[in-house]
Amino acid sequence: MTQLALVIDLNVCVGCHACVTSCKEWNTSGSAGFMTDENPYGKDPTGTFFNRVQTYEVGEFPSTETLHFPKSCLHCEDPPCVPVCPTGASYKRKEDGIVLVDYDKCIGCRYCSWACPYGVREIDETQKVMKKCTLCVDRIYDESLPESERKPACVLACPTNARLFGDVHDSESEVSVTIREEGGYQLMPEWGTKPANHYLPRRKTRMHIHEDELQRADNPLKKEQRGPSAPVSEPTLDDSTSW
Amino acid sequence: MHPAFSVIFLTTLIGVGQGMFLALFTGQSYSAVELLPMQDSHNFYGNGAIIALLFLIGGLIASFFHLGRPERAWRAASQWRTSWLSREVIVLPILMFFVFVYGVMHYFDLDATLFTADTGAQLELSLVIATFGMIATFALFICTGMIYACLKFLQEWASPLTVINYTLFGTASGFMLATAFANHSAPELMRFYGIWTTIITLAALATRVASLIRNSRLKAKSTLQTALGVRHNRIQQKSMGFMGGSVNTRDFFHHASLVVFKSIKWIFLVLVFPLPLLLLWIGMNDSNTNMLLAAFVVQYVGLIAERWFFFAQANHPQNLYYQTV
Ligand code: SF4
Ligand code: SF4
Repeated sequence: MTQLALVIDLNVCVGCHACVTSCKEWNTSGSAGFMTDENPYGKDPTGTFFNRVQTYEVGEFPSTETLHFPKSCLHCEDPPCVPVCPTGASYKRKEDGIVLVDYDKCIGCRYCSWACPYGVREIDETQKVMKKCTLCVDRIYDESLPESERKPACVLACPTNARLFGDVHDSESEVSVTIREEGGYQLMPEWGTKPANHYLPRRKTRMHIHEDELQRADNPLKKEQRGPSAPVSEPTLDDSTSW
Repeated sequence: MHPAFSVIFLTTLIGVGQGMFLALFTGQSYSAVELLPMQDSHNFYGNGAIIALLFLIGGLIASFFHLGRPERAWRAASQWRTSWLSREVIVLPILMFFVFVYGVMHYFDLDATLFTADTGAQLELSLVIATFGMIATFALFICTGMIYACLKFLQEWASPLTVINYTLFGTASGFMLATAFANHSAPELMRFYGIWTTIITLAALATRVASLIRNSRLKAKSTLQTALGVRHNRIQQKSMGFMGGSVNTRDFFHHASLVVFKSIKWIFLVLVFPLPLLLLWIGMNDSNTNMLLAAFVVQYVGLIAERWFFFAQANHPQNLYYQTV
């Protein structure tokens, strides 16, 4: 089985929103129709996004840390949003685990957005159907694109390479190895949704230097307690012998 | 959650319709075994079924205002295997069908006696239809309640009390209306309905207070720590990633001040329970239809407040991600 997913490295994300704009651009130009933007330059702008980057402050001043947190549909392996849909518009693809909405079937009842604990389903206020991240399903299989570009738009846009894309069921894939070795975790594990997307924690690289590493413990001079003898005044063998 | 008026009206109106139909069913089954005098088919059961049907239709119309694409609503019947919403969409028309057939049979005196016992008790065809309707009524209560109760991370809703409350509130308001209606068209039944209304309303009071107590003691399972996966006791949101609103800020918050939120709780507790019961007893003692209708109206307004509070009180875990602009 295949389960495509993103791995987002919070240690690397700088909160630049490049993934947000790139996602919006790709998906608003797609065959599924535009993604609403109301009053983009006016008062109270609002619109539909698949991906948003939020910012948190962890800790108390002065020892605080800024956490930039991109959030989009996590393509849960046990998605609570799918069984509640009365029309079957929301579904999870067997072949690659992507959770999608069929915009031609959706009646815009919003029930699925209530059923997603992560708040990543947004109803499009103009088209009146539910929208959410598609993992760029219209791009990752497009053979007219060079292979290196068959990735979600957000992944390609990220300037710091904080977003990885791949199959989390293949234990040797880049994403699986990263999750395994870098401490990848899931959001709100308490609900048993088994999100496919994983996050990598903030990691600190610290040097631990011990006292005995600064002083050479087995210094022979220290051991014998006797320094080298002082220079002598009379000529030595070296001075009088021409070797 | 944001209390959407379409859903508030949907659930309260079909509740009245269901309760009213249950009242007719109860009345007719009591008379079938001769515990109550038989009523005029046309005036009481016929007109009563029409009233119940009108409330069900009102609820159905309200529900369409909730949909973004009402023209595709028929599709919602397809996922009955997994979705309680889909099941509701199927059961509601079934119930309406039975109420309609039941109403037509009584209104045009088309009833037939299927069976007469030695004691004189009769089994009417309409009662058989009403039994199916009764099953559909309870199925609909369960579907409506389960739509909310099945969302396990909306902890305020995820409880059998949700289903019980929907059932009792619908039944109470329907019986209340039936009391007023009986006083007008079948005065001998008024007291019977009035007493049942009182019992059901008191039962609803007990279960609603139980759910209020339960909810006040809830401990949220999701926290900012689990939402972000960061182990620190002090995490503060600094930006939600956009400065305007979004569906996330509109659909999931009630946007009322704490004072309004708290007062609505007390308003519904007064308007649904003591006040209509008082009016009901005054109305029953004077056989005053207007007073009984007033009791129904007051309770219905209270139920709108109750439903508002039901939605507003539910705290969706996604709100953790939308704490500050
Ligand atoms: S993150 Fe939400 S929308 Fe996406 S699959 Fe999980 S529950 Fe469904
Ligand atoms: S909004 Fe659309 S996708 Fe979501 S539950 Fe309703 S019909 Fe299904």
